[in-house]
Amino acid sequence: MSGFDESLLDEVDETVRVRFVVNGRKVACEVAPRETLVDCLRNALELTGTHAGCEMGACGACLVQIDGRAVHSCLMFAVQADGAEINTIEGLTESGVIADLQAEFHRRNALQCGFCTPGMLVNAQELLSQVAEPSREDIRDALSGNCCRCTGYEAIVDAIDAVAKARREAGGTP
Amino acid sequence: MSAPLTSLDRPNSYIGRSVPRPNAKRLLAGRGRYVSDLKLPRMLYAAFLRSPHAHAKIVAIKTDEARALEGVHLVATGEDLAKICTSWTGTLDHFKGMTSTPQWPLPLERVVWAGQAVVAVVAESRAIAEDALERIRVDYEDLPLVVDIDAARRAGGPLINAGSTNNVCFRSQLDSGTVDDAFAHAAHVVEEEFSFGRHTAVTLEPRAIVADYDPSAGMLTVHHATQTPYQFQDLYSRHYGIPEARVRVIATDIGGSFGMKLHVYHEDMAVVGLSILLGRPVKYVADRIESFVSDIHARDHRVRARMALDATGEILAMDVLDLTAIGAFSTYPRTSVVEGNQVIRLMGGPYRFKNYRATLEVLFQNKVQTSQYRAVGHPIACAVTERLVDMAASKVGLDPFAIRARNVIADDSYPQTSPTGYRFEALSHQACLKRLHEMMDYDSLRAEQADLRKRGVYRGIGIATFIEITNPGPAFYGVGGARISSQDGAILSLTPSGEVRCLISVTEQGQGTEAIIGQIVADQLGIAQDHVKVVTGDTEVTPHGGATWACRGAGIGGETALQATRVLKRNILEIAALILQEQPAALDIIDGQVVDAATRQQRLPISEIARIAYFRSDTLPPGTQPQLTVSHHFAPQGYPFAFTNGIQGCSLEVDVETGFIKVLKHFIVEDCGRVINPMLVDEQLRGGIVQGLGAALFEECRYSETGQLMNGSLADYLVPMPMEMPDILIAHVETPTADTELGAKGVGEAGTAAASACVLNAVNDALSPFDATINAIPITPTRVLKALKRF
Ligand code: FES
Ligand code: FES
Repeated sequence: MSGFDESLLDEVDETVRVRFVVNGRKVACEVAPRETLVDCLRNALELTGTHAGCEMGACGACLVQIDGRAVHSCLMFAVQADGAEINTIEGLTESGVIADLQAEFHRRNALQCGFCTPGMLVNAQELLSQVAEPSREDIRDALSGNCCRCTGYEAIVDAIDAVAKARREAGGTP
Repeated sequence: MSAPLTSLDRPNSYIGRSVPRPNAKRLLAGRGRYVSDLKLPRMLYAAFLRSPHAHAKIVAIKTDEARALEGVHLVATGEDLAKICTSWTGTLDHFKGMTSTPQWPLPLERVVWAGQAVVAVVAESRAIAEDALERIRVDYEDLPLVVDIDAARRAGGPLINAGSTNNVCFRSQLDSGTVDDAFAHAAHVVEEEFSFGRHTAVTLEPRAIVADYDPSAGMLTVHHATQTPYQFQDLYSRHYGIPEARVRVIATDIGGSFGMKLHVYHEDMAVVGLSILLGRPVKYVADRIESFVSDIHARDHRVRARMALDATGEILAMDVLDLTAIGAFSTYPRTSVVEGNQVIRLMGGPYRFKNYRATLEVLFQNKVQTSQYRAVGHPIACAVTERLVDMAASKVGLDPFAIRARNVIADDSYPQTSPTGYRFEALSHQACLKRLHEMMDYDSLRAEQADLRKRGVYRGIGIATFIEITNPGPAFYGVGGARISSQDGAILSLTPSGEVRCLISVTEQGQGTEAIIGQIVADQLGIAQDHVKVVTGDTEVTPHGGATWACRGAGIGGETALQATRVLKRNILEIAALILQEQPAALDIIDGQVVDAATRQQRLPISEIARIAYFRSDTLPPGTQPQLTVSHHFAPQGYPFAFTNGIQGCSLEVDVETGFIKVLKHFIVEDCGRVINPMLVDEQLRGGIVQGLGAALFEECRYSETGQLMNGSLADYLVPMPMEMPDILIAHVETPTADTELGAKGVGEAGTAAASACVLNAVNDALSPFDATINAIPITPTRVLKALKRF
């Protein structure tokens, strides 16, 4: 091989314009086809609340809401999300939809370093929107793809359990 | 309300109270400021080409094509960096005869483990840097390699370090008492060989660093996801020849550390050099696969141990051989032998016996370095000791609780010195044992176990007593010549509006350092906790100190804050006394108000004292120089360590068809001295236990015969997930240390220390009807089935 393969360079350089509604705001960006959604969110859009822990769908740190469902942003290319409605921890915080979960996590110290926490919250919100009366077992099961290396998980389970009960009592929509 | 008033009913009493962490709200909102989030103007990104060989000579490195790629700014080899960086050697003077070869940011002649970084590329994006890596060619010549412990010891086998005569890094021996004699006269002897796999920290945020060298100012700023910014300030300064005051290390939010983020990594040192070469900020964040092959691993021990007992089940002696393999180098600056050294010194720690002998052999091999990780040495010493105690119990015919009750050092017999030379100020084994027995409802657990066994359900109950080393003094590293501080510092200021800013050298990684320091300051000064702002993790701002490792945050950092606050309070009251024409001793501070100490009548808010001192010093008596900023350092004295103790219990079920183990419930009784924030202590314990359970059941870095890490991803390397983890019951016994006013000891490693031992005992208990035993960690389904001869 002499010099380098020009076509490779072209491929790398090629970008695609994608558009999403991120945290309620329309955004457009130029992304390389190989760029994952988590990288696009963190780098291009500077939404660093979404974290990358494994980049292979095993740890849950990168969970975001896409069209209302919790999705691993490390397992998706940014181009695949074209046209989608995306909510990250920043947007979920601003809109207040998870304020009760956040308050309960805070009260019970259901986090230490906080790196897993945005993914935990997105997943907890997903669970509570699907199951009105989860048992502790259900909660643990729902979180079975969310790794936390600092806590013993128990406070997280306690917090979600408490919010599930409170939401039920408040008679809110499940 | 008729409950009696306690010290917690005093206004501003925060010590002992479960208050939430102020900084946790930010993390919950996705507003963490982790190094991996950081983006600086003109920042470039580094990536590393790694060795595919475990041991090979570097013949040639061809980088032209990589350099030619658009967007690439620098391709650097070991030679390039060695021109500006001096080498380092991971030895300490007090480990006599210890060896390790010099290390450079990138290797010059040889690679010594598969995954070692060999060439660095800096480019406009990580993706471009990785594209460039594919265009680099390195010619290697394979060298004979050493993978397992036996091969490392074999005479005439391959040598890892040319010029040496064997692969031994360090040998040590302890001998107290007449061990042979004790064994000769023992009524019972139990003996076992144990193996402990390698595992690794898997912090959820991988290692991250942004180095920013400004040539015009000769100033290096490093944003570094580390526990120990001061240590790195010193290292970067010395190895790159930059005056210490011109090196600033900032460690803001850290996504987990557990001891893993306090060692020198080749890539981190290289990134600093790359930034110096380019005069621009350079960022490197390990990806998960890189973390597995380059973060330190831990454990990797083979232990042969025996215990002698008299006819009543009293322990007479222990005799131990610990072989541990640490990779190709000893880590810097803390070395890789601290773990083995602690293993042989912690053995038998909770028990009262005199005759002890141990040999430690630390060996090199062609794998990534092992080094200090949460509960250094503790899980090994605890598992070996506690398993032998259980084996002895069944031989003598005693219950596991009974044999421990017979042998633990009595609560009323302190101070004590262990046969390995550790000095214990005051521990509470008997109280903890008793408490655990009640908490587990032990007798009904046993009845249930017997019942279920008849129906083919095999449950096991395991307990494990432990001691934990906390609050290490200067004899730990300082004595060996390492520039690692055992003291901490605090700078406390009363602000003009009457709030307090506390800059402190202990650092925060989520365990709640900032919260407890705030509690201590508010408590001691007499103000509301939300009027205290605690700042950590910036060498330019916070005073020098040891920071956070080996459970020293509360015990040493907390005491520093306490003493500093008392000085500030004295100064505030002196000024208040001048203003109020009173004696300082007649005044106190409650809720931010200076009050009459006797009547508690309010005299003046401290904000008014601050206003007068800062803005109207002309109204103070001539000669008054208000000192509303105090700086204070505290170095531990007295006992070299504040030992803590406790006991764990575990109830689990073994599926004898599949080998799967389900932990049903875990228990811990822990004595960490004065508890500052019970909620944070409990969470530390739970987190530590879960890490220990991971080690006990799942986590293992598996290598092929050619030294390749076979399971270097989170899909292949199992960590405990919520579904596999039990609820954990916690109880406390409080024996404060008298060495400090605060009385706090550490707690971060207690959970990890005994979890493996507990599980090991419980699994063996479950398997007892089958005459099957397990002596290896992690206890995987395969190992269980092998023990049952079903695989
Ligand atoms: S980063 Fe996406 S699951 Fe781990
Ligand atoms: S809080 Fe650190 S990983 Fe969960």
